[in-house]
Formats: sequence, structure tokens, C-alpha cells
Amino acid sequence: MEHKQWNRRQWIQGTGAAGASLLAGAWPLGAQAQSPITIGVIYVGPRDDYGYNQAHAEATAELKKVPGIKVVEEENVPETQAVQKTMQGMISQDGATLLFPTSFGYFDPHMIAIAGKNPNVRFSHCGGLWTAAKHPANTGSYFGYIDEGQYLNGVIAGHMSKSKKIGFIAAKPIPQVLQNINAFTLGARSVDPKITTTVIFTGDWSMPVKEAEATNSLADQGVDVFTMHVDGPKVVVETAAKRGKFVCGYHANQSKLAPAAYLTGAEWNWTSAMNAIIDAARTGKPHPNFIRGGLKAGFIKTSPYGSMVPEAARKNADAVKAKMIAGQFDIFTGELKDNTGKIVIPKGQAFKQTAIELESMNYLVEGVIGKI
Amino acid sequence: MNDIVLPVLWAVLGGAIRVGTPFLFVSLGECLTEQSGRINLGLEGVLVLSSMAAFGGAYLSGSPWIGVMAAMLAGALLAGVHGVLCGLRRVNDIAMGIAVMMLGTGLAFYLGKPLIQPQAPTLAPIMLGSTSSSAQLQAALSINPLFPLGVLIALALAWLLANTRWGLIVRMVGDSADAARAQGLSVNRVRTLATMAGGAIAGLGGASLSLFYPGSWNELLSSGQGLIAIALVIFARWRPLACLWASLLFGGAGALGPALQSVGINGAYYLFNAVPYALTLLILVLACTPYRRLQGAPSELSVQR
Repeated sequence: MEHKQWNRRQWIQGTGAAGASLLAGAWPLGAQAQSPITIGVIYVGPRDDYGYNQAHAEATAELKKVPGIKVVEEENVPETQAVQKTMQGMISQDGATLLFPTSFGYFDPHMIAIAGKNPNVRFSHCGGLWTAAKHPANTGSYFGYIDEGQYLNGVIAGHMSKSKKIGFIAAKPIPQVLQNINAFTLGARSVDPKITTTVIFTGDWSMPVKEAEATNSLADQGVDVFTMHVDGPKVVVETAAKRGKFVCGYHANQSKLAPAAYLTGAEWNWTSAMNAIIDAARTGKPHPNFIRGGLKAGFIKTSPYGSMVPEAARKNADAVKAKMIAGQFDIFTGELKDNTGKIVIPKGQAFKQTAIELESMNYLVEGVIGKI
Repeated sequence: MNDIVLPVLWAVLGGAIRVGTPFLFVSLGECLTEQSGRINLGLEGVLVLSSMAAFGGAYLSGSPWIGVMAAMLAGALLAGVHGVLCGLRRVNDIAMGIAVMMLGTGLAFYLGKPLIQPQAPTLAPIMLGSTSSSAQLQAALSINPLFPLGVLIALALAWLLANTRWGLIVRMVGDSADAARAQGLSVNRVRTLATMAGGAIAGLGGASLSLFYPGSWNELLSSGQGLIAIALVIFARWRPLACLWASLLFGGAGALGPALQSVGINGAYYLFNAVPYALTLLILVLACTPYRRLQGAPSELSVQR
């Protein structure tokens, strides 16, 4: 008998569905091409860390100004089950239909799991290696070829280093980090092949005491130009400046922190990538699953040179930058040896930035002192 | 060989003081608290809150020493919450300590939001090595100005606990609350005051983090150092001077990983980075025995009863 009774839950479901279909029917009348959208942005750390999260927060602040876009944000979300709750919360409570989970560890299994449960919501992850065969069509990833910026950092570092020793403070040996270490080293060695890069892995994305300790130990060893790949470069920039050394920035512009030590930097500019993804969602076009771009596409930019960078160094870096923008410059070309002497890219082969092989890099090039 | 051994030695010695100073203050604060018969796990929260308070105080006032005062005050207040609440009937100090830890970190994250970006004036180092020609030596000997203060506090605490009436009261309350009551002492008042004083000392550790090394505020600044320092007190057998050596040992262990990588020994850096934590585990395993109470442990500690 009981199946004939109307219970409260069924009633709500029924009327809710009817209401939703009414709403959906009414939408196109209001805005023809660009329907309003709620997007969710999720950060692994604080939004104002002078680093990775700030770069995204700056782009998100631009998006907020666009009419028709409502933004919900949450910061300090760990790369655990917690991010699944955040994502589901943004979808169910705030009505977000496009999510930007920005941290590396959110991708698999967290974003993939939530995407399976919410097929009508679009997900765009920063940095994940999306493949059509493995991952659902409502997910995707975007990233920038920031190693172009690190190569240019290296060129400037190569001109500025007197000791011919430069240092790299890295978090974890994942492909994107290794690519940056290698690009920085190749850039510096293009100026002077005697230069070596010493790398220190701190073990995690934000370890302020260890980052300061790493910078100090390298400075003790005579390293005179630093760069880094950690989430918040503030500690490394300030510690290097205190030791009277130079530093190249990363993620965002840190020149304000140490104007006398800041040479240049590799910065993200996520506005164009996020805009492309949002436009597709608002006009109902298919979800862009795989977006990549470098200097040319405006996904990355370089910080203005510090006043201590000499003219010759600027000219050299600007010339390489112009070639990169014209698409005539490949960072990883054969013959390239790793730091154990093994040939990793044979003679005559060159990887374009778009080469997917680069996103699974697992070696440090010749000239890097360090081990994965 | 000298190219490797000497630099690593200097880096570890310098690092022992640089990295070890927060350990020193927190372990001294915990040592005093536990001597009065109470455990304050909340010192991790005290460390985070006081480093935020130190940075905020220095940033707003322009003087790092006002920041140091703010850190001590914040530490004493938060520890005071723990002290007062643990004085209520049937309140477990371990559970309360965890609550205070969360309260402290939560408050610090909330109030510290606008402090992540700005730069505050930091404490100027004491340059002991300025006559040396070696840059490494100069770096290792530019001492945190709070470190000598920590050494003084360790000496003073050791002397006070052993030789003064005041020290005797704290130890009696820690060893036998009944005996203290028979003497007409208020056990709760002594414990609350000891906990607050311990919080103020631990607050200096927070000031050392945000105003000297690394010298800025962010949310992962402490990353568990307060908890390691609490374990150190057991290793130091509740003796303030032993806290000093233990803190230096742990500071040096923390500096070992980066120092070895910087000279090109980079085989097992995950292992070297884990040395402080492995050391903590080892100490706890060695220190615990089911057969007798730990040597030197105040017998009123709730884990002893």
C-alpha cells in the first residue's frame, strides 16, 4: 500500500524538478548567448601568499568584475577528502556550474570522483595531465609553459652570477618542478656553460623554516643567485636578500619584498585561460579539455627587470623572449644529457613546448647538482 | 673532505641555533607547566598565535620589541584559558590542550589574514662573527637576539625550581597536590600561574619565528614545531638545562637535510628531512616503559596517574 502514498520527500522532488525545468526554460529569454554563471575557485593555501595562490586570486578578482559572473572562493583547502566536500558544497549550495580546483593534488582522485557524480558541472584543473581516454569529458586542465619564464630567469642569473653557482629551492620532484629547474639551468648555461645549479628539495609546498634554512645553506656554499618553485616564495626572496644575494621570482611579482635583490621573475597570468573556459561554458560550447600556453598566449609573463640588471643581460633575455613569442625557440633540444651523463634527448631532436613528453619529465639536466 | 665536513658542520651548528630557538622557548614553557603537574598540548596553538601576534605587533607599531611583548601577552592569555579551564572539575588537560591548540591556530589564521603580505620590522641579529673573514662563519654566528634570552631563562628556571621557595611550591604542586593542599596552598592557582608563565615563555618562540627566522608570518609557519617541543620535554626529563641541549640537537637535525643537499650529498634527502621526526619517535619509544614512572616526571601529571 505504501507506494501509493505521497510522501513529503517525493513531493519536494517532483515540484522541485518542475520548478527547475521552468527556470531552465526561462533562461534563454533573458540572455541569448552569455548566460549568467556561478564559478567556484579552490585554493590550497592563502590567497595572498605572494605566490601560486595569489596568481590565481588576482585572475579571479578580474573575473569578478565581469557582469554575469558570480564567484565563490575557498582557500586553505587541503589535497584530501576535504576538497571533495568543498567541490560538492559549491555545486549543491552555491549552484556553481564551473569549478577551478587549482592545486596539483586535487586532480586525481578528488576532482575525477566529483566530476563523475555531477555530469552537468564543468571542471577545469590547473596543471593536471588530462587525457581523453582516461578522464570524463566534463573535466579538463589548463596550464602555462612557465619554464619559458624560468629559462629567461636563468639567462639573467647567468649574467649576474659572479661565483658561477646558482641555487634552486624546490618543493617536490614532480615533472613540472624538474622542468623549471632544468629550464633555469639551461638558460644560465646558455650564457656561461661553467655555471652549475644546486637544487634543494624541501619536501613540501610550504615549509617556511626549511626554505629559509635551504637558502642559507646555499648562500654559505657561495650561491649568489636564487630562484624557487614553492607555493609562497616570500621566505626565499627575503632570506636571499638578507644575505645580500640576488633572486629571480616565481608565480607572482615579489619585487616589492626586496627591490635591491629582485632581478626578474616568471609570473602566471591566468585571466586569458580562465576566460576562454568560462566563455565556452556560458555560450554552451564544448568544454575545453586541454588548454596550454606560454608567453605567446599571454598565460605567463615576466616581471620588469630590477635596476641592477645591466643592459647586455636585458638585451640577451629580450632577444630570447622575442624568439619564444615568435615560436622559434625550443628550450629542450638534443643533444641533451642528464646530470649522470645519460643522453635524454638525442641529437637532432627538439621538443616543442606543446610536446606532451615534457609533462612527464623525470631527469635533471647536466649542470644541476642534485638528485630526484 | 674538508670541503664537505666543515661547511656541513657550520651549517648544522648555525642551524641548531636558528632552527632550535623556537624549540627552546616552547620546551621551557612546557617544562614549567608540567613541573606544576599539568600538560599543555595547547602550546602548539600558543606558538602559532604568538607568532601572528608578534608580527602584527611589530607591523602596527614599527618596533619588533613591541611585537615580542605582544607575543608574550598572547601566549600568556591563551595558556591562561587552558589553565583556568583545566582547574574546573573533571576537565582532562590532554583533551583541553588539543582544544586550545585548535583555538589558537584558528584565531591566528583568522586574525592573521591581513598580515601575510606585509613586511614587518624584524629583530636585528647579534653579529658575533663580524671579525671573521669567512662568510659561512659570519652567517653561522649572526645570532638570534632572543637566543641568549632563552639561555638565560633556562638557567634562571633551573635555579629557581631547585633553590627557591617559589620553585619548591611549583614542584610540590606537581608532585603531590595533597601535600600542597595540606600546606594551605591553592593548587589551582599555582598551576594556572605556572601555565600562564609557560605560555608567555612559549610566546617568545613564536616571536622568534615571525620576527627573526624565517621572519615573516604565514599559516604554515609552525608546522608542528610546538608539538615536537612538547615531546622534547620528556626527552629532557623535565630539566630546563637539558631542554636547552635537546632544542639545539633538534635544531641541528632540522638543518642537516638542507645542509647536506647544499654540498651535493643528496641521496636520501627525504630521510634527512625526516630526522627530527624520527628522533622524536625514537625518544618516545625509549622513554616509555610500562613498569615504572619516568625518571624525573612530576607524579601529578595526568599521564602518570
